[in-house]
Amino acid sequence: MAVTGLVFVAFVLLHMYGNLKALWGEESFNTYAEHLRTIGEPMLPYRGLLYVTEAVLVLSLVGHVYAAYTLWSRAGNARRTKYEAVKRASRTAWMRWGGTFLLLFLVWHLLQFSIVKFSVNSAKQGPDIQQNPYALLVASFQVPWNTLIYVLAMVALALHLSHGVFSASQTLGLTGTAAAYRRAKLVGHAVAAVVVIGFLLPPLAILFGIIK
Amino acid sequence: MNLTLKIWRQPGPRHRGSMQTYKVTDISEDMSFLEMLDILNEQLNAKGEEPIAFDSDCREGICGSCGLMISGKAHGPERTTTCQLHMRSFTDGEVITIEPWRANAFPVIKDLVVDRSAFDRIIQAGGYISVNTGSAPEANAAPVPKQHAERAFMAAECIGCGACVAACPNASAMLFMGAKVTHLSELPQGQPERDARVVSMVEQHDHEGFGGCTNVGACSQACPKGIPQDVISTLNKDLRTALRR
Amino acid sequence: MTDTINAGITHGLYTEGEPIADTKAPAGPIAQMWTTRRFEAALVNPANRRKLDVIIVGTGLAGGSAAATLGEAGYNVKSFCFQDSPRRAHSIAAQGGINAAKNYKEDGDSVYRLFYDTVKGGDYRSRETNVYRLAEVSANIIDQCVAQGVPFARDYGGLLDNRSFGGVQVSRTFYARGQTGQQLLIGAYQALERQVAAGTVTTYTRHEMLEIVVVDGRARGIIVRDLVTGEIETHLADAVVLASGGYGNVFFLSTNAMGSNVTASWRAHRKGAYMANPCFTQIHPTCIPVSGEHQSKLTLMSESLRNDGRIWVPKNREDCDKDPRDIPEEDRDYYLERIYPSYGNLVPRDIASRQAKNVCDEGRGVGPKVGDFRRGVYLDFADAIERLGKAAVSEKYGNLFDMYARITGEDPYTVPMRIYPAVHYVMGGLWVDYDLQSSIPGLFVAGEANYSDHGANRLGASALMQGLADGYFVLPNTIRDYLAKGPFEPLSADHPEVVAARRSVESRTERLLAINGERSVDSFHRELGQVMWEYCGMERSEEGLLKAIDLIRGLREEFWRNVRVLGAGDTLNQSLERAGRVADFLELGELMCIDALHRRESCGSHFRVESQTEDGEALRHDDEYAYVAAWESTGGDGFGELGTPVLHKEDLVYEAIQLKQRSYK
Repeated sequence: MAVTGLVFVAFVLLHMYGNLKALWGEESFNTYAEHLRTIGEPMLPYRGLLYVTEAVLVLSLVGHVYAAYTLWSRAGNARRTKYEAVKRASRTAWMRWGGTFLLLFLVWHLLQFSIVKFSVNSAKQGPDIQQNPYALLVASFQVPWNTLIYVLAMVALALHLSHGVFSASQTLGLTGTAAAYRRAKLVGHAVAAVVVIGFLLPPLAILFGIIK
Repeated sequence: MNLTLKIWRQPGPRHRGSMQTYKVTDISEDMSFLEMLDILNEQLNAKGEEPIAFDSDCREGICGSCGLMISGKAHGPERTTTCQLHMRSFTDGEVITIEPWRANAFPVIKDLVVDRSAFDRIIQAGGYISVNTGSAPEANAAPVPKQHAERAFMAAECIGCGACVAACPNASAMLFMGAKVTHLSELPQGQPERDARVVSMVEQHDHEGFGGCTNVGACSQACPKGIPQDVISTLNKDLRTALRR
Repeated sequence: MTDTINAGITHGLYTEGEPIADTKAPAGPIAQMWTTRRFEAALVNPANRRKLDVIIVGTGLAGGSAAATLGEAGYNVKSFCFQDSPRRAHSIAAQGGINAAKNYKEDGDSVYRLFYDTVKGGDYRSRETNVYRLAEVSANIIDQCVAQGVPFARDYGGLLDNRSFGGVQVSRTFYARGQTGQQLLIGAYQALERQVAAGTVTTYTRHEMLEIVVVDGRARGIIVRDLVTGEIETHLADAVVLASGGYGNVFFLSTNAMGSNVTASWRAHRKGAYMANPCFTQIHPTCIPVSGEHQSKLTLMSESLRNDGRIWVPKNREDCDKDPRDIPEEDRDYYLERIYPSYGNLVPRDIASRQAKNVCDEGRGVGPKVGDFRRGVYLDFADAIERLGKAAVSEKYGNLFDMYARITGEDPYTVPMRIYPAVHYVMGGLWVDYDLQSSIPGLFVAGEANYSDHGANRLGASALMQGLADGYFVLPNTIRDYLAKGPFEPLSADHPEVVAARRSVESRTERLLAINGERSVDSFHRELGQVMWEYCGMERSEEGLLKAIDLIRGLREEFWRNVRVLGAGDTLNQSLERAGRVADFLELGELMCIDALHRRESCGSHFRVESQTEDGEALRHDDEYAYVAAWESTGGDGFGELGTPVLHKEDLVYEAIQLKQRSYK
């Protein structure tokens, strides 16, 4: 859980960095997107590193979900009779339901920008949009309901990360002193804040017409 | 003050239980929570109803016998044991739900009494230092740096009440186990068995049917001795080191 | 001088039997005795040990450590406790520390000085041979506990720290903040669980001993009730060890745990084990007072509070319900400082306790009225806070202040604390010889359950020392001498004595459930406690004790006629458990009063109004009472009928120490 989680932390940080290129305009963003496919050439084939990364991510996802499922079902077995007194949702519930939501979001996100590449903007359709990453990005986030999905997903991601980063450090045994423990909590919140703000800047900028 | 109590009643381990409602009146603020239950029991006895079974012994917050889930919180609203909780923490007219610790590794014996012998078996798996009586070296032969001695003491304060398990959304006993592992790992005397101890304790923990840890921290918040979550990190580190060797 | 006619005899309350001639201490100089005894005790071949069964009742410091040690040696040990885990035994609640003659401070401590202090602290009513051995093995205890990982306080060099405790002049007390008992018990518990894993010890938790099996004059087993299923079980063995703690709960309110009881000891007493000095009770002066009729137990605060707090009550009764901060200095009576100018607030426990009772009896007590009296005196830190600053006071006593605030809801930094004495420990217990063997062969008694080492009063930080000395070092050596004669003839569960013991337990249980009277068990217990506290507490008189005996007899008669125990015998039934314990307390209470009545002297924790100096201080009578009173039980039917006890005297001979009268003026 911790190791696969940290793979995702690294990934979202890089992904966020890439997205921010959109703020510098079409050329910057599209060059970056193309560059991702040509890293390591000619040692690696076209999209080589990307395939490797995708494979690692898919494996991590499988591992992460499997571990989460195991913990979830163990917890269910460890307490078959529930408490009567209603408790407010725990962080574990946030991780589990938030995680499930993130998984569904991921499917939507990949279909939208990676696998099928379709535009939800009725005014901007056609191969010009679909084959141009920047154009697709702008077209998609000009649609308020789509942006709303992303905002919600990022809130879920923030909650997931703020606990996840700390939790991974704890599981790896890096928080064995009171100071290290506080530091890990702080890093968790910081990573969550950076990632969410970083990810939301381009869509919101598009929605509010700062980027066209 | 007058209170409404909703209490779990269960005649025996294999019986079904249910929540029953009771009223108590004229409760003094200076009473402890368990004294309030004593009064309810005297009233039930007078009416010919069987009193409610609950565990308690020292009533000083150190033996770890008592432990009730009070309105959804292990040991109630204050950070202390149920026996040290006083009625001044409640308000007149309040409805209080009282339930036993819930975990499959802690089966209910009767009413609010649960079987916590799983904790003893975790200790049997390795929560000790192997030294026979008479074979100990002179006590001051191995100095222990003060900060290690203090962390060992902090972890050793665990009273084995089970609140960590009760409060944990996963019903995990990692705080209990982490406290013991940290206590012994911080001391020079605990080093020879350090690897074997953590591995067999964790195996026993899982075998008992406790859940896994998701580092939520509800355990530490409920712990009447305030044992911090970082003891779990120490356990994790020891486990990782042990499994690598 | 006292009357020559003893009230107890004249009232036919007891008879006198043969004195106890031999305590089995080996001959020779005191410093050599233990070495001699260990050498002379027969050995048991390691291969034979697993064929020898030992039952140990109780898992506190004495029982837990004995079970672990005998398990390590390879005997087949069965360990019983009524709690849900061995770790819950009441030793866990001891706060202060454990004494040991390590002399780490190089301040003049030695085995002899610890021995001397303990005998003197016990007001010369303990057996010097046993006490010397206790002091001798004390240092080994610390080694053993440290090796087990007990986190004692340490200094910056990483070495063990010591403090001085209970008014002694050397620093010999090892401690783990205010949780020394807990840490020591967890050490013994872990050693015990290690033996469970090794297969040498079997633990029976939530099992209560209700009878002892004596066959051909030897202790051969116990009858227990499984508290979860209600099943009555027979367990047979080659030797039985009782380490079942003290009986302070005969007073209902005490600092003991709710479950602490006398049943194991009392059942053994009724089967022939002598009960020694049962009236010797220690009353601790700094407990949190009773807040109302609902009170279920009392909480002790460390005596160290008296180092800086000043004890007072109002001079005038009218001021008792005023806010103490509004009572001017000239209207306050700092009575300990007034009566004992040289020791002041640091007078010994028994004096501080008795004087607190006196001022409250005068109607000058403070705090809530419970019954007709206010039972509390102020312990005021205002001066200390002014002199040292709040931070320094908090540093020293912060955890105690927090505890006080949690229980009372008052802030001791601004309002003076209220304290009152409470029963804390019993020095009396089953009589044992030098080998810790009772008057029933094969029945050994360890820890607070025996009477051996503390005489008429116990020094602070000595209870933990005694429990662990008995369990780790003394008993395992002495019991082997007995076990070397075994294994004894195998017994079957249908041996007539075994059947009879089992039948008596069953019939008591059935009877308790069948009475179905009007009064709850607790109401009897509470009433017994009030009688004991009033007449057999800190201050005793012939008149009061005779009255108490009458009251207790009446109460016992009513109990067996009018107690209400609901529920069934074949399930967890806490009322039934308590009923059995209270039934035994009701018998013990009478014996305690008889013992107190016959001992017409003031000594140790125990003040007899008929025996005081002209200025009202305790007066001991070494010429008449320098003996251990060991009581033998006769007759009785197990349903509240007691026979007439027989007194056996064991003369206390002091060869290594000279007897002295104490003075604190």
